[in-house]
Amino acid sequence: MGKVGKIARRTFLIGSAAVVGGVAFGVYKAKTPYANPNETDLASGAASFNPWVVIDGDTITLIGPHGDKGQGVAHSQAILIAEEMDLDLGQFETSFGKPDKAYWNSALADEGVPFPSTDDGFTAETMRSIMGGVVKLMGMQITGGSTTIPDSFDKLRRAGAVARETLKAAAAEKSGINTTALKTESGHVILPDGTRLSYQELAPIAAGLEPVTDVTLRDPAEWRLIGKPTQRIDIVAKSTGTQTYGIDLDIPGQVHAAVKVNPRQGGVMNGYDATAALEMRGVSKVVEITNGVAVIADNTWRAMQAAEAIDFDWGPAPYPAEQAQHWEEIGRSFVADRLDKTWRDDGDTAAALSAGTPMNAEYRAPYVAHAPLEPLNATVLVEGGGVTVWAGHQIPRQLQVLVAQITGHDPEQVTFINQYMGGSFGHRLEFDNIKQAAEIANQMRGTPVKLTYSREEDFAHDYPRHIGMARGAGTVKDGKVEAIDLQVAMPSVIESQMGRAQMPVPGPDSQIVAGSWNNPYNLPNYRMRGYRVPQLAPVSSWRSVGASANGFFFDSFLDELIHEAGADPMEERIRLMGHDVSRKVLEAVAEMSSWGGELGPNKGRGVAFVESFGVPTAEVIEVTNTDDGIRIDKVWIAADVGTVVDPVNFENLMQGGVVFGLGHAINSEITYAGGMAEQANYWDAEGMRLNQCPEIFVKGLENGTKVRGIGEPPIPPAAPALANAIFAATGQRIREMPFNRHIDFV
Amino acid sequence: MKLVVDGKTHDVDVEDDMPLLWVLRDEIGIKGVKYGCGVAACGACTVHIDGVAVRSCQTAAGDVTGEVTTINGLGQPDALHAVQEAWIEHQVAQCGYCQSGQIMQAAALLAETPNPTDDEIDTAMSGNLCRCGTYPRIRAAVKTAATKVQGA
Repeated sequence: MGKVGKIARRTFLIGSAAVVGGVAFGVYKAKTPYANPNETDLASGAASFNPWVVIDGDTITLIGPHGDKGQGVAHSQAILIAEEMDLDLGQFETSFGKPDKAYWNSALADEGVPFPSTDDGFTAETMRSIMGGVVKLMGMQITGGSTTIPDSFDKLRRAGAVARETLKAAAAEKSGINTTALKTESGHVILPDGTRLSYQELAPIAAGLEPVTDVTLRDPAEWRLIGKPTQRIDIVAKSTGTQTYGIDLDIPGQVHAAVKVNPRQGGVMNGYDATAALEMRGVSKVVEITNGVAVIADNTWRAMQAAEAIDFDWGPAPYPAEQAQHWEEIGRSFVADRLDKTWRDDGDTAAALSAGTPMNAEYRAPYVAHAPLEPLNATVLVEGGGVTVWAGHQIPRQLQVLVAQITGHDPEQVTFINQYMGGSFGHRLEFDNIKQAAEIANQMRGTPVKLTYSREEDFAHDYPRHIGMARGAGTVKDGKVEAIDLQVAMPSVIESQMGRAQMPVPGPDSQIVAGSWNNPYNLPNYRMRGYRVPQLAPVSSWRSVGASANGFFFDSFLDELIHEAGADPMEERIRLMGHDVSRKVLEAVAEMSSWGGELGPNKGRGVAFVESFGVPTAEVIEVTNTDDGIRIDKVWIAADVGTVVDPVNFENLMQGGVVFGLGHAINSEITYAGGMAEQANYWDAEGMRLNQCPEIFVKGLENGTKVRGIGEPPIPPAAPALANAIFAATGQRIREMPFNRHIDFV
Repeated sequence: MKLVVDGKTHDVDVEDDMPLLWVLRDEIGIKGVKYGCGVAACGACTVHIDGVAVRSCQTAAGDVTGEVTTINGLGQPDALHAVQEAWIEHQVAQCGYCQSGQIMQAAALLAETPNPTDDEIDTAMSGNLCRCGTYPRIRAAVKTAATKVQGA
């Protein structure tokens, strides 16, 4: 590890200028809570105890500021508050709230510091604390990085407890009985004689009190909701077609818009001819937007059809036009002047390699589309006094800034109403659809404009997962792995994405090596170097970000070395593991899968372990080599998240993460030709379908000391576990995703 | 043209080649039917026409002669269809965007094949994409729904 001073100057993800200024004056500011955003428009008699709880008339609203992309956090945020507030499911409404600094993400700091999550030493924790202050000062409200649960776990339980104790204080005032004699249950304060006062009837009194902030959180042994199977608040709506997503909104007076933007991402529009489109039924006009046009019509389909009828003269792509050129640029990047950072240098790797006979291998990970099933969309109304945006998004406050730049308002004049999202996988961290809808609506002030991407437009403009390559060298000795030297070259996804978002991030990019440098193995020699490739096609965070590629690189290469050493893949990983919590995860999948047992003919098993987002995760995969190709039979997955907040959702996300990781590993990529993505719809990049889905057995462990999120960690070990299983079954080592470039699947 | 959707007759003035999906969503206002791909690759738009599961994004409005049933007509929160009950019991949904189509596909399968084998479930359901990867729960829910349908 480097020295703290050096790290502070060089490696903060969130911005060195902000760090310097923040630390200088930040102690006071960072400890001061932000004002409660609910108070600005609170009705008379309504009470809001903090940014997360409002009682207005008959309605109790619990505000969970993290957006719900399908990961179930509308529910999990609510149960954290309801647990402490003694509310039952069904007694409250939920809201995503409005964009506000008060909803700053306290868990972002963990991924922002240059320490592995498994390092809980003084220096690492101090840096996380300072980073947390910076994130707070910037008021960064972001849903991402599997941070919703870590950010919310203490904060929202405390918010519920503050509301509960304040309501008790109100009951004390009303009844004249001391709060110590009062209890709460099912949305009521209970007096000693059994009288039940509802929270709603106490709210007007509570509204006049200072919130009680000296609160004690419940003993986990008393939890009714946390850690228990509960019915997700959105499950009935999502099983009956009654859940409203952004794409379903019907704002009175709205018009429908479809866009066509230069499919060479970032290329200009030299000209266009919309004559035919303007004559089509239902089309009212065509307006220019950045690098393209929008068609306005009275129906989504008519707008899309008309957009297809426009002839365009597009400018060239501002990046190499052909896929092979991208790989060439990456291949040229393993050089000293592109070294972003040496992230780990345990032992003396160079000496170990020169003393032995190194094994060498090269790995590749392609561009991959996010392609959530709900295409990007946004509805925007621009008026003189302000702007309203209806959409699903993960960075609400930056959305306000970017929209305000287009319409000439102040960010505070942009009202954003977050919507349930039909998936994201990182897609809804981007702003193009929002900005385009704002550009259109700004030219049609007073009319709500609903922009819906066609699937083809969504694929063409899906800033994909970054491309990457790894070169490994390693040695074995006496039946053990002796040295691993992995060099990883990628364009910086953070530079690309945060640059577009106008939130530039200086310093080395941890995502170039996330999932390979931070695995808590006690290898005698372990060197990890990240190389920053100059920007190629614009790229964006894809579920599990750097670890989605690095997990494959690192664990596959480790597996190669273990086989070279003649060791057992499970036993050698366990032997090398230097972190108790992680070792137990490996032991759990070994036990679940009866590792080492006799397999049938043509079968093979692989194991993989990757730590990402603070979650040690291990998977065992069993495949059969059939005449029709590889069949993925079974997957066992274990992960340690400290506390499983919502066991039903946990299992679903673990299974879904395996499917997501495997599906893309076997058959999905984005390639460029003529500067354009060659894949236009799900036929070209479909991920996994049900007929390929294995049986998936899940176990959640709770040995870790911190509470973690599970949205992303199941993805990184999926690809290497499969590649390792295929090797075990066939002897063929696959070093490139998607695997169907090299082997057939049933 | 006249369309019978979820038991109600609608008079709509649309082009013959407008996909049924967009007539349902934008003209009639039934939003439970989802747009995912427009090329019958994802199944999110699945509805029944005379009980048969079809991709409404690839069904021209002018070709529709039978009765259309959408997810909103199959059952409602207070009057659930057996398949919806099973979907709720197993808590299948994550983002939920594909589930209207999944449920309509499963309902059509069970109407035709009340006790499907694993292979029949895989074959019938593999045209419906779920990007969140809820397939293990979909398989389990189809089986539970089959017992409910047979018990009914």
